Amino acid sequence: MKKLLILGAGTAGTMMANHLMRKLNKKDWQITVVDQHSTHYYQPGFLFIPFDIYQEKHVIKKKSDFIPRGVDYIQQEIDIINSGSSTVTLKDGSKLDYDILIIATGSKIVPEEIDGLKEDGWHRNVFDFYTIEGAKALRGKLRNWEGGRFVVHLTEMPIKCPVAPLELAFLADAFFRKQGIRDKVDFSYITPLSGAFTKQNCSNVLGYLLDEKKIKLIPDFDVRQVDESKNLIHPYEGDAVEYDLLVTVPTNMGDAAIDRSGLGDDLHFVPTDLHTLQSKARDNIFVLGDATDLPSSKAGSVAHFQAEILTKNIMNYIAGKELTASFDGHANCFIESGFKKAFLIDFNYEYEPVEGSFPIPGIGPFKLLKETRINHLGKLAFRHMYWHLLLKGIPMPGITAHMIKIGKKLSKGTSHDSKKHCGKNDQSG
Amino acid sequence: MISLDENGYLSDASQWTKEIAAEIAKEEEIDTLTDDHWKVIDFLRSDAEKNGSSPTIRRLNKTGGIDTKLLYSLFPGGPLKKATRIAGLSKPSSCV
Repeated sequence: MKKLLILGAGTAGTMMANHLMRKLNKKDWQITVVDQHSTHYYQPGFLFIPFDIYQEKHVIKKKSDFIPRGVDYIQQEIDIINSGSSTVTLKDGSKLDYDILIIATGSKIVPEEIDGLKEDGWHRNVFDFYTIEGAKALRGKLRNWEGGRFVVHLTEMPIKCPVAPLELAFLADAFFRKQGIRDKVDFSYITPLSGAFTKQNCSNVLGYLLDEKKIKLIPDFDVRQVDESKNLIHPYEGDAVEYDLLVTVPTNMGDAAIDRSGLGDDLHFVPTDLHTLQSKARDNIFVLGDATDLPSSKAGSVAHFQAEILTKNIMNYIAGKELTASFDGHANCFIESGFKKAFLIDFNYEYEPVEGSFPIPGIGPFKLLKETRINHLGKLAFRHMYWHLLLKGIPMPGITAHMIKIGKKLSKGTSHDSKKHCGKNDQSG
Repeated sequence: MISLDENGYLSDASQWTKEIAAEIAKEEEIDTLTDDHWKVIDFLRSDAEKNGSSPTIRRLNKTGGIDTKLLYSLFPGGPLKKATRIAGLSKPSSCV
């Protein structure tokens, strides 16, 4: 019996277990999934919790409910991957050997990376919204908040769902207006990048949003320290920014087990082939989802597209064939802009987000790079698709792993250089 | 003929030379590129070539061994933006 081991039962790992359970011959292969946690979170839903749009019940289910029958599920922490001997040691000292390893251990925020962030103010007037605890604590604060200096802050790229801090800002603006306190809120958005939008197409189309919503942009801000006794966020250079309520996206990093195993880069992300999704370290290790060091977006849609490609390449690998399935960097993200409207963007390594319709060229129903109500409804409907189709590896109608080029205005201001970067610094364009 | 994009970065990375780097540095009000400047530029270029992307300030620090405060003193007013421009790479960006 050969062994395929999947590390991580989040969006990516769960999808792989479902895809491969259907594809692999059960007489020859045993699939095992390891994850230390029992709860599966619908992470895109965290964005809505602070504003009482979603409750916990909308985003929480049991991980084991989505692991297909026939797959061994081990709920335990991973100690170390011994890639030389093709074994994984778990926290209790037991060892699992594998013929093929799939790393899907994701990424998470590490507030400890910023000096002074996880101190007395943490979850009191300084919040993240990338954890259920952070989103709930922020909700508690906002329910009674009467206004003041509201600061949304992005530490450094890459982050999971690169548009999330902007969406949080837009939803907060709408929330304050609804509460009747918007005129009492001094609203700033801090980014280490040169602007809120750094791609020309997005900047052209979306650039007006911050002005329109009276959100002050503070660009090129590299945080050095947060002083929670004085409510100040200090950059390396320039003036500190004072806050009454700070919402920050801390540094995102891969799992500590990746670092312990010597398989990660400086952020514990695993060096991975851009197209085949094979790890650069070993032929029998594959990587997908947020755990990779790829320049694609760290997002559920990317994990979804990668899972389809990787399933084909695992089958190629087992058959001793060339890894011909090629991931193109395709990502598809809704951007909530408040007041029950949203934008939708679709892009890959090669092409920046452009205008057009999605998923059916020329028809839609969703409009790319346009603010519409139906895009917002699509975002809300997606939660059901996530639980009922996506995690189970059931194809979604009209949605393809590769980006569709027809029906899009690709010529205008669109780069044709390879390796378009999302999370990391772009060096091609 | 050297052409720059709308942000002042080299349009064609293959046109980069040390002399061009020195010219761009002057535009950024850095009159002389010292050994410390070159340590940053060399790391940026070699890391970008190896990884297909230019490193972040964190990576310059953790992997390149370049102290962030020193980086700011070498390239005041947006070190990564200036240093990547001088190194002939492209502007640090996100996917939107």
